[in-house]
Amino acid sequence: MDIDPVSVSRLQFAFTVSFHIIFPAFTIGLAAWLATLEGLSLFTGRAVYRRLFDFWLKIFAVAFGLGVVSGLVMAFQFGTNWSELATRAGPIQGPLLAYESFTAFLLEATFFGVLLFGREKLPRWAYFLSALMVALGTTFSAFWIMANNSWMQVPVGYELVDGIFTPRDWGEILFDPVLWVRFPHMLLGAYLTTAFCVAATGAWYLLRGRLLNEARVMLTMGLGIAALLIPAQILFGHLNGEYTAEHQPSKFTIIEGRWQTEQPARLILFAWPDVAAERNHFEIALPYLGSFVDQGNFTAEEPGIVTVPVEDRPPFLIPFFAFRIMVGLGLVMLALSWGGLWLMARARPRDPNQLPRWFLWATFLAWPSGFIAVITGWLTAEVGRQPWAIFGAMRTAEAVTPSLSSSVALISLVSYVIVYTLIFSAGTLYLYRLLREGPSDPAGSGPADGPAGGAIGIAQAAAGLNPGRPLAVGGPHPTATTASAPAERTPGMAGGPA
Amino acid sequence: MIEQLPFSLPVFWAGVLAFSILVYVLLDGFDLGVGVLFALNRNEAHRQQMMGSIAPVWDGNETWLVIIGTVLFGAFPVVYAIFLSAFYLPVALLLVALILRGVAFEFRYKEERHRWLWDLGFIVGSIIAAFVQGAAIGAMVAGIAVEDGRFVGGPFDWLTPFAVLCGLGLVVGYALLGAGWLVLKTTGELRDWAYAWLPRLLKGVIAVVALALITTLIGNYEVVLRWLAQPWLILFPLLAGAAVWGLLRGVQARRDWQPWLMASALFIAAFAMLAGSFWPWILPYHLSIEQAAAPLSSLSFMFYGIGLVVLPVILAYTIGVYWIFRGKVSPTASYH
Repeated sequence: MDIDPVSVSRLQFAFTVSFHIIFPAFTIGLAAWLATLEGLSLFTGRAVYRRLFDFWLKIFAVAFGLGVVSGLVMAFQFGTNWSELATRAGPIQGPLLAYESFTAFLLEATFFGVLLFGREKLPRWAYFLSALMVALGTTFSAFWIMANNSWMQVPVGYELVDGIFTPRDWGEILFDPVLWVRFPHMLLGAYLTTAFCVAATGAWYLLRGRLLNEARVMLTMGLGIAALLIPAQILFGHLNGEYTAEHQPSKFTIIEGRWQTEQPARLILFAWPDVAAERNHFEIALPYLGSFVDQGNFTAEEPGIVTVPVEDRPPFLIPFFAFRIMVGLGLVMLALSWGGLWLMARARPRDPNQLPRWFLWATFLAWPSGFIAVITGWLTAEVGRQPWAIFGAMRTAEAVTPSLSSSVALISLVSYVIVYTLIFSAGTLYLYRLLREGPSDPAGSGPADGPAGGAIGIAQAAAGLNPGRPLAVGGPHPTATTASAPAERTPGMAGGPA
Repeated sequence: MIEQLPFSLPVFWAGVLAFSILVYVLLDGFDLGVGVLFALNRNEAHRQQMMGSIAPVWDGNETWLVIIGTVLFGAFPVVYAIFLSAFYLPVALLLVALILRGVAFEFRYKEERHRWLWDLGFIVGSIIAAFVQGAAIGAMVAGIAVEDGRFVGGPFDWLTPFAVLCGLGLVVGYALLGAGWLVLKTTGELRDWAYAWLPRLLKGVIAVVALALITTLIGNYEVVLRWLAQPWLILFPLLAGAAVWGLLRGVQARRDWQPWLMASALFIAAFAMLAGSFWPWILPYHLSIEQAAAPLSSLSFMFYGIGLVVLPVILAYTIGVYWIFRGKVSPTASYH
């Protein structure tokens, strides 16, 4: 077998983490979005916020569940596949991940249960507080993960004692400027992902001419939040580039697509890299701007990847293209959010419903932009870090579990692929159905989507605990007696305001 | 401040680890157990009640497994590395099992047509997860091949008859906890059903434990020497005996809180017995707590934040949330 356990383990890590990151990228933003909605609902008393909250909570429940179960795998993979890394870097990475599980996982998991089942058991302020706790938990989680990963990108604050990475100064690790540009970058990425999902859902309903009130709120809030955040995200993206240029020339030169050292350096927008010949074909480049982006002047010398020894170079193509996809999507998000707000400001009357259909279509189709940007961003960062597990200090090939054979690693990889494919297909389908169906309609015929096998008693009990139902509506819908229909077929929807 | 503590930091973190394992076993134990019992009850109304009784808390319960993993990683990285390399396949199996059962909580309510699939995942996932955890404990007792701080055995070393026995034991044991939980949280037919299963499951547990004990004595595992050297350990089997009696009394008298409490006490006794047999080893019988501990700078960093601040906060809100969801579950409680 010509595959080695290192490659299989890398493939497995890449697969499981790429799959996993989709859900946190969504739920970090969703948790903040839910807390915002519940806050608005609490302080304005407008029913639309409550309906939106109940609707997005169902989406959150599915996405969060998938995030939790796929995250479990991540917590153990450092030991199963990368035991040398765990042994040698455990004294630094372990405490960071321990902080994550103690400050974040328990907080979000516990209060997530309260959000789903505690609505009727708690005063409103306590319920709102629970929503805040979930949002806080997801934020903590992002922080510690970024602390861990940033340390692997740019290891600081340690000394090697008998080959063990021993923490010397935790302050240096936790207040590393690299962490503090990467953490906001991730957080903003997650918020933008959710903002575009929310806006796209609004646009979708407007295109279908239904749930107009909810759609308006979602489209305006989604685009508004995105418009506010995207400039900050571009700034932090730039700062990420600066740390990369300073600490990781091997990654930076690939991102820039520069093989040879240039002075002044061009900014290569697009090219078709030829790895064998160590040059680019079909380059589209702007003169001088490469120097300007990195150094702020038009004359600076910028190194090419030839300055990095061959054995220290990452694979070229993935970071090169992934970076361009991420930046391109960032520009798409900028154009859509600002363009959308401009179109809305011009519309008479000021109403998202007056927006041109092409724009609604564009916003709708942009729903995955955040997800793709987050994944390609991670690919850039992680593949660009290779061949190092800990940049400049420990190679990926040294990190793998010594007792692991390729065949055993393949067994686990194949199992994960099968199971993830199953749950991902089902999860996506269920999310799609929930989104298509939309919030319960304001007329009061809330969905009787309780568990099947229904009777009036079930519907009444479900009404008490069902956040899919507006607060103002107490009793069950008459059609609830026929609630033996599958959950997603909600009688209430048919009579929506469409 | 650390110098004035009555215990060393490695011992403190070993204590947190032991505590986390116990909390995990007690909490995820009952919800995995409900998953095992799912196989024995085909009544859809009952199944919804079973699911509803654990739905608000299973996620938090399972998180204690991640807590265990990261405490090991942070405080005893060598053990984390050895343990997870040694149990590579069972851990992968455990994770796949937990994934399948975890998604069932949402997915089974999304459509009726494929409900059987998610129910199957829930049942099989729960059984496998319980089995693997028990088997891992068995394999630990039997010993892991370690040289020079690294696992040197093969991928199937763990799969011994003794480990299989321990795995089966935990499946039945978790089912016992689950039945106790159902008695505590439900009413009507389902509660009667759970009451009926309690004595049978208890018999199963006793049978497996007796068999495991005989195997241990015949197998001449090192753990026996430790029992002989520390006769006070007999206290725990006595405690377990009292718990068994209390459980049966609870079933007879139909006191809903008693079976679950006594089943938990049984687990606490078994756990204390195990911990007492291993002490002061963390990886029997290769590494002691002190030998395996991360550098002091790692342990104290965790001590000041997690140990002094976060852990008490966690205990407070965990108890708070269980308090919010106290009492019987409405037969139809669901947010779906």
